[in-house]
Amino acid sequence: MPVPPSTYGRGLRGLSLATIATISLALVLVFFYAPLDADQGFIQKIFYIHVPLAIVSLCGFIFGGLLAIGHLRTGDRRWDMRSYVAIHMALIFGVGALITGSIWAKASWGHWWVWNEPTLVSFLIVVLLFATYQPLRFAIEDPMLQARYASVFAVVAGAFVPLNFIAVRLAQQYVHPRVLTLAGGNLPGSMRLTFLISLVGITLLYVTLWKYEMSAKNARMQVRRLRRTLLGDDAVPGYGRSAAPS
Amino acid sequence: MRTALIVLRKDLLLELRGFETLPAMVLFSIVTFVIFHFGLNRSTIDGQLAAAVLTVTLLFAAMLGINRLFVAEREQGGFDAFLLAPVDRTALLVAKAIALFIFLVVLEVIAVPAFAVLLLGPPIGRVLPGLALVLLLGNVGMSVIGTLVSAIAVHTRARDLIGPVIGLPLLIPALIGTARGVGPLLAPHASGSPPAKWLAILALYDLVFALLSYAVFDFLLEDQ
Repeated sequence: MPVPPSTYGRGLRGLSLATIATISLALVLVFFYAPLDADQGFIQKIFYIHVPLAIVSLCGFIFGGLLAIGHLRTGDRRWDMRSYVAIHMALIFGVGALITGSIWAKASWGHWWVWNEPTLVSFLIVVLLFATYQPLRFAIEDPMLQARYASVFAVVAGAFVPLNFIAVRLAQQYVHPRVLTLAGGNLPGSMRLTFLISLVGITLLYVTLWKYEMSAKNARMQVRRLRRTLLGDDAVPGYGRSAAPS
Repeated sequence: MRTALIVLRKDLLLELRGFETLPAMVLFSIVTFVIFHFGLNRSTIDGQLAAAVLTVTLLFAAMLGINRLFVAEREQGGFDAFLLAPVDRTALLVAKAIALFIFLVVLEVIAVPAFAVLLLGPPIGRVLPGLALVLLLGNVGMSVIGTLVSAIAVHTRARDLIGPVIGLPLLIPALIGTARGVGPLLAPHASGSPPAKWLAILALYDLVFALLSYAVFDFLLEDQ
């Protein structure tokens, strides 16, 4: 079977450099340019990390769902791998957002966890749901079946993300500062610029990590395939049971 | 649609002859009420607390039914037989969802009066129509999502674990809607009509997940 050459490595160096540059710029802006918040003081600066992490993680979950649609439509297992990596990365970012959010909540509201805060609660529910993605994959042995069921899960869970936010938000009153509203929010210009650059930086970080993971997995698969061809099927041990697509 | 009715009839007959799932769900919910009585150390409850006890109990009882939903098909080869037959695969989704819905209605017909007798403070008679409306909408959501989750979980090794673990987060919005819709009804001196906002949210959630399940269900049945 002819193997299509990997394209995941292309542009990876430029992308990595751009990510480093943007995140460095964002950090410089956060510490030296953005003004101190009048109420919250220094602790408010965690907002420039926390909010982009949360936004990118949610977009990553939805992105994983969209990629899973590709797998269901075409039956091509590479789409499943893309979806897997997207959800995997988004889950890591999501845990980061929960931890930074908790730190901020402790400093700003005095509690590590605040239940009457819809954005926090719905984010937790989404992370809990996606935390079952890997146990689900791990519990299905047949790789084809695993890929298909995981894709169905990813599509359903991706659609669940916005619905859940609507439901939880309606259930409670706002406590969270509404920073990103359709009306443009209430951030002063310098803060908004810093925030946007942080958001771009974290997004670039997500994309870069996704590409790194994809090219690593792709390279590993091609090496295995070459070894099989050269040494014969028996020389290369099969993968153990795994949650990751292979 | 005819296929769905035939499969539904088969499921109901199986339940009538075997009495496997429903009695377990009913017993489970009544035992849970007793446990809540001791856990809360209250002889009567009302308002949002009562709504929470009722909906959470029903949710966990539903989980028992959801776990069993496809087990017979899996163990007795019903999936293969269904795939061999020249019928629309969505019929199985429709049939199973309706079967689960009927189970839940029967469960509530017994569990809600039991709840009123055992735990509920305010009289239930006047709010019964509103309560039935909210619970029915909640049942639609539970049966649609339950069928989808059950179809995913039945092919995993640890299906009794995977089902609830996936199902509970997916059902949280439906649970919020049901609990908040029921809450005002169980308050002392309740007006008797459920809050329209929560009915609308429940209906919307049901609709979206029904369409979503319809879209993805085929992929769960392809040749194993």
